[in-house]
Amino acid sequence: MSKIYVDVLAEFSKDGRLIPKAIQWEDGRRFEIDIVKDVRRAASMKAGGVGMRYTCVISGQAKYLYYEDNNMWFVEGIV
Amino acid sequence: MRNRTILHSDINCCYASIELLHHPELRGKPIAVGGDAQSRHGIVLTADQIAKKCGVKTGMALWQARQICPNITFVSPRMDLYLRFSRMAHEIYSEYTDLQQPFGIDESWLDVTASCSIKGDGDSIARQISNRMKQELGITVSIGVSWNKIFAKLGSDYKKPDAITSITKDNYKSLAWKLPASDLLYVGRSTAKKLSSMGVSTIGELANTPSDLLKSQLGKMGLILNAFANGWDDSQVTAEDYHSPIKSIGNSTTTPRDLENDDDVMIVLTILAESVAARLRENGFKCMVVEISIRDNELCSFTRQRKIEHSTNITKEIAAEAYRLFKANYSWKKPIRSLGVRGADLVNGYMPEQLDLFMSFEEREKQMKVDETVDYIRKRFGFYSIQRGLMYQDRLLSTVNAKEDHTVHPHGYF
Repeated sequence: MSKIYVDVLAEFSKDGRLIPKAIQWEDGRRFEIDIVKDVRRAASMKAGGVGMRYTCVISGQAKYLYYEDNNMWFVEGIV
Repeated sequence: MRNRTILHSDINCCYASIELLHHPELRGKPIAVGGDAQSRHGIVLTADQIAKKCGVKTGMALWQARQICPNITFVSPRMDLYLRFSRMAHEIYSEYTDLQQPFGIDESWLDVTASCSIKGDGDSIARQISNRMKQELGITVSIGVSWNKIFAKLGSDYKKPDAITSITKDNYKSLAWKLPASDLLYVGRSTAKKLSSMGVSTIGELANTPSDLLKSQLGKMGLILNAFANGWDDSQVTAEDYHSPIKSIGNSTTTPRDLENDDDVMIVLTILAESVAARLRENGFKCMVVEISIRDNELCSFTRQRKIEHSTNITKEIAAEAYRLFKANYSWKKPIRSLGVRGADLVNGYMPEQLDLFMSFEEREKQMKVDETVDYIRKRFGFYSIQRGLMYQDRLLSTVNAKEDHTVHPHGYF
């Protein structure tokens, strides 16, 4: 398990919410986020970090995407 | 006095736990946070559970730690990260009470009496906080639950890591009173020695020692400790936004190398005076007393202070006074390891000054303007964007950034 920082396309809504829309992988693949089911502060022991944890549904599967204090997004990668 | 519910929350091995969270590959191995191999500040700030079991202690030199724990890994401290975690922990606490009293960066008292009707009793709130710390921040806490601050802290110290200990009116005699007296807050090495020479070794014995005997041996403190041991402390958990009035402002530093002559000392005193003066100005104070502290390379230290004629927050004046005190009191028997400058006896920095026939007012005004301009430039472009010419004499010593690297350590209990 490791921490992988990713490029994320996100939207700032006019009511002050930050909503991730898509994750851009390093090989160029783009994963559209269908919907964000949950947002809460959480720690990822697997990746080794803390941030706002977005539970995103991508192609029918729920995945965690974390927004860290340093304004970077990371996911739990499989080494 | 109605019964209060007080929690004391202590983040286990704070710095080490935060680093272990961010370094999954180091988990299960001994680590210590501290030091910076280059600048020679090589002491252990904290160690994780495994290293502590080997005997690694806070304050030990890094080489000593490696001696007793050869496969230890050292991690450089990241104060900004720990302060952020401390803030996030306090945000979690604030959902249970606004009566929080931090005791350092990793400990805090919480008065949850008023929340019990909504959030559950002390134990239940402690469990909620403990679970949230694990889920939201990935770190564990030890929490003590009691009706006063002293026993609450005893409770959190009782079992580490990741534990909740309740000291109640029903169990305090069998739990708290059996503990050694040195575990009690404000019983340090010398008090513990005095107590044991009086035949007092546990908190229970301290609680039952006659007050006149304690007063004659330990003075007023003896009575206070007796009250602590009996659970009679009724000091309030002061609310979140209370700041105790500042009584003095100071900075000290252990320099990257030992200081060997007056020129070295002048550079470092000037840097420290710059920071003290800037902080005095920032807080709207001037000081009437300048104090210096000196520690030599065998770690003997002392302080000297002097009242000055005119209150000041001008760098040059504070530095000059500090240097004068130094020259008058140090005879260079040994090289110097660390220095400190403090401005005390603070007065309002905005009051108009009584003019002195013998002093050049224009010169003072000019110095004040220089200081303010330097403050402004540093705020915009960073600390190192502008420096005194004196700093170019020694580039190593002048890397000390006294103001921005400054952290205030726990305030006293009283």
